[in-house]
Amino acid sequence: MPAPAARPTRAHLRLLQDLTEAIGVSGAEGPVRAIVRKQVEPHADTVKVDALGNLLVNRRGAGRVRLRVMVSAHMDEVGMMVVSVSSEGLLKFEAVGSIDDRQLLGKPVWVGADRLPGFIGAKPIHLMSDDETEQTVKVESMSIDIGSGSKTAAEAKVKPGDRATFATRFRRLGPSVMAKALDDRLGVATLIELVQNPPDGIELLAAFTVQEEVGLRGARAAAFSLDPQAALALDCTPANDLPSWDGEENIAYNTRLGNGPAIYAADGRSLAHPGLLEHFIHTAESQGLAFQIRQPGGGATDAGVIHVARSGIPSLSLSTPARYPHSAAGIASLSDWRDTARLAHAALSTLTERTLRRS
Amino acid sequence: MKELLRRLTEAYGPSGHEDEVRDLVRQEVKGLADALTVSPMGSLHAVVNPQGKTKVMVAAHMDEIGLVVSHIDPAGFARFQMIGGLNPQTLVGHRARFANGIRAVIGIEDQEDWTKRATLADLYLDFGVSRAADCPVRVGDIGSFDRPFVGIGPRLIAKAMDDRAGVAVAIETMRRLRRTPHQVQFAFTVQEEVGLRGARTSAFGLNPDIGIALDVTRTGDTPKGPKMAVELGKGPAIKVKDSNLLSDPRLVDLMVRRAEAARVPYQLEVLQAGTTDASVIQLTRAGVPSGCISIPCRYVHTPSEMVDLADVEGAVKLLSAILSRPMDLGRPA
Repeated sequence: MPAPAARPTRAHLRLLQDLTEAIGVSGAEGPVRAIVRKQVEPHADTVKVDALGNLLVNRRGAGRVRLRVMVSAHMDEVGMMVVSVSSEGLLKFEAVGSIDDRQLLGKPVWVGADRLPGFIGAKPIHLMSDDETEQTVKVESMSIDIGSGSKTAAEAKVKPGDRATFATRFRRLGPSVMAKALDDRLGVATLIELVQNPPDGIELLAAFTVQEEVGLRGARAAAFSLDPQAALALDCTPANDLPSWDGEENIAYNTRLGNGPAIYAADGRSLAHPGLLEHFIHTAESQGLAFQIRQPGGGATDAGVIHVARSGIPSLSLSTPARYPHSAAGIASLSDWRDTARLAHAALSTLTERTLRRS
Repeated sequence: MKELLRRLTEAYGPSGHEDEVRDLVRQEVKGLADALTVSPMGSLHAVVNPQGKTKVMVAAHMDEIGLVVSHIDPAGFARFQMIGGLNPQTLVGHRARFANGIRAVIGIEDQEDWTKRATLADLYLDFGVSRAADCPVRVGDIGSFDRPFVGIGPRLIAKAMDDRAGVAVAIETMRRLRRTPHQVQFAFTVQEEVGLRGARTSAFGLNPDIGIALDVTRTGDTPKGPKMAVELGKGPAIKVKDSNLLSDPRLVDLMVRRAEAARVPYQLEVLQAGTTDASVIQLTRAGVPSGCISIPCRYVHTPSEMVDLADVEGAVKLLSAILSRPMDLGRPA
């Protein structure tokens, strides 16, 4: 099959828009799953949804199948969950997944399956004391205002357990895109493309997973049932590449925007399989594709649970960098995303059992 | 035994890069096992007496703590993150070693201030070069520490006694075990220090009936040491509890009885912080009765871990005594 396009097409951008504007907070990934299903069904050999909600797709590439390879991308995003409705009709909520409280205040949101517009209100600055302007407001003291006016009116539209997310429209910004949920709809878009245009010589076991942001839960079950010979997790990782506030050299950038897809050597939950790591680096170098090694440290992807499934599965993580993840909007470079798809496709097309062997 | 410990502890094997240790172990146990395989994660499985009905998994981890390069600055100094749990205080002035034999000194920023408590962010690797272009490592490269093995009387000091001491006990037991009614699955595991990962996958694959881990444990016998009733030189420790494991009480009783019958001095261990491969073996599949024989060790997770040869020898005797006779645990207590 031909290599994925180096430049984003209109169809690419439309898909990224649909995926990032869909609401898929952990445990309620239905709207994202519906988009993915529509995209992959015409190309897939089999499609099924497992008990947790993972969408599992089989797609055989051209030629003799050398390996069964699981490639995962998580459909869920961080967001909010309504926990109660106050007597004034305001929605008390908690965060789903890790969100810095400071990212929540003063943000418009969409609530529930009907995408009700709402706003996480804050005290007007006109009325604040000097002390108050210095304080951090905790999520426990915040509410979503849907303008309903009363408890009864609010309860007619919203119930505890409903998810909410940042109301952010997708935008293209020259060579970049700005959107919510780039973590991990960029990975989902890459994986859709791999199903539509599968790498030669492998049986692609595409796992569009759930509940990654709350503890890598979907991927654990998917890896057990797919029982692959190797795995690749496609995710989105922070680019904290802006200058330090104090002018010191920034030595903890994690990744840098525009420097290509990030290959993982080590994160908080997995060490890259040495053979896969070398294979991806070698592929990028020989194909002239940009890449960077993500700074080793904490954090995790689906690979954290996939690689310890059953008797162990050689695994690697590959991320597209984005600035400001787990907030109302992130910014990612389109060339980094295209190079992620190109690197994944090229490396999987040439993957053999030899790469996975231990001495 | 001492010579074996020297070779094992001086080998290079941070988590995920256990190849050199695996080759060493393979050389030692070739001919002692009925089957020798490597798991997808890299653990070495040496099965003895595959006809045995009860499958007993004996796990010792090959990996050691280490570091991973996270950034290289324009002057060629490298920053790093930990592989496993490290106390930055123990690292300043030590030497790091990488797979291809490359060495570096661990330096600290602001080194004239001797009162400072080091944090990881203060430390860097100095490869003896002056520009990034000459730095011999890249981001993501994993290294360990560089220290020779020394013996002071019965006390043996080396990096990576955790857990090459356990690996040595497993190898020596394979050598001395003349007969066993069990299928004994010696598992030389990987990636213990980063989250017991190799033992989890090995236990799934081997599907044992009983699990025994061999690892080091802390001691309470140093000045202002932790309150802990384990001392160097008082024999192997039979683990009762640690952070993640309650040893199966029937297995603890059996270990105690075998130690007494074989006249092996032993201690009982309650470890407050830390755990071993036994904790994940226990929770594999439908559950596996598990326990652990520990080798008392001072200065765990420093480049100078100290054990007593008599405790290591005692662990071999105890494990051999356990494995050489039937291990009917009966019903759960």
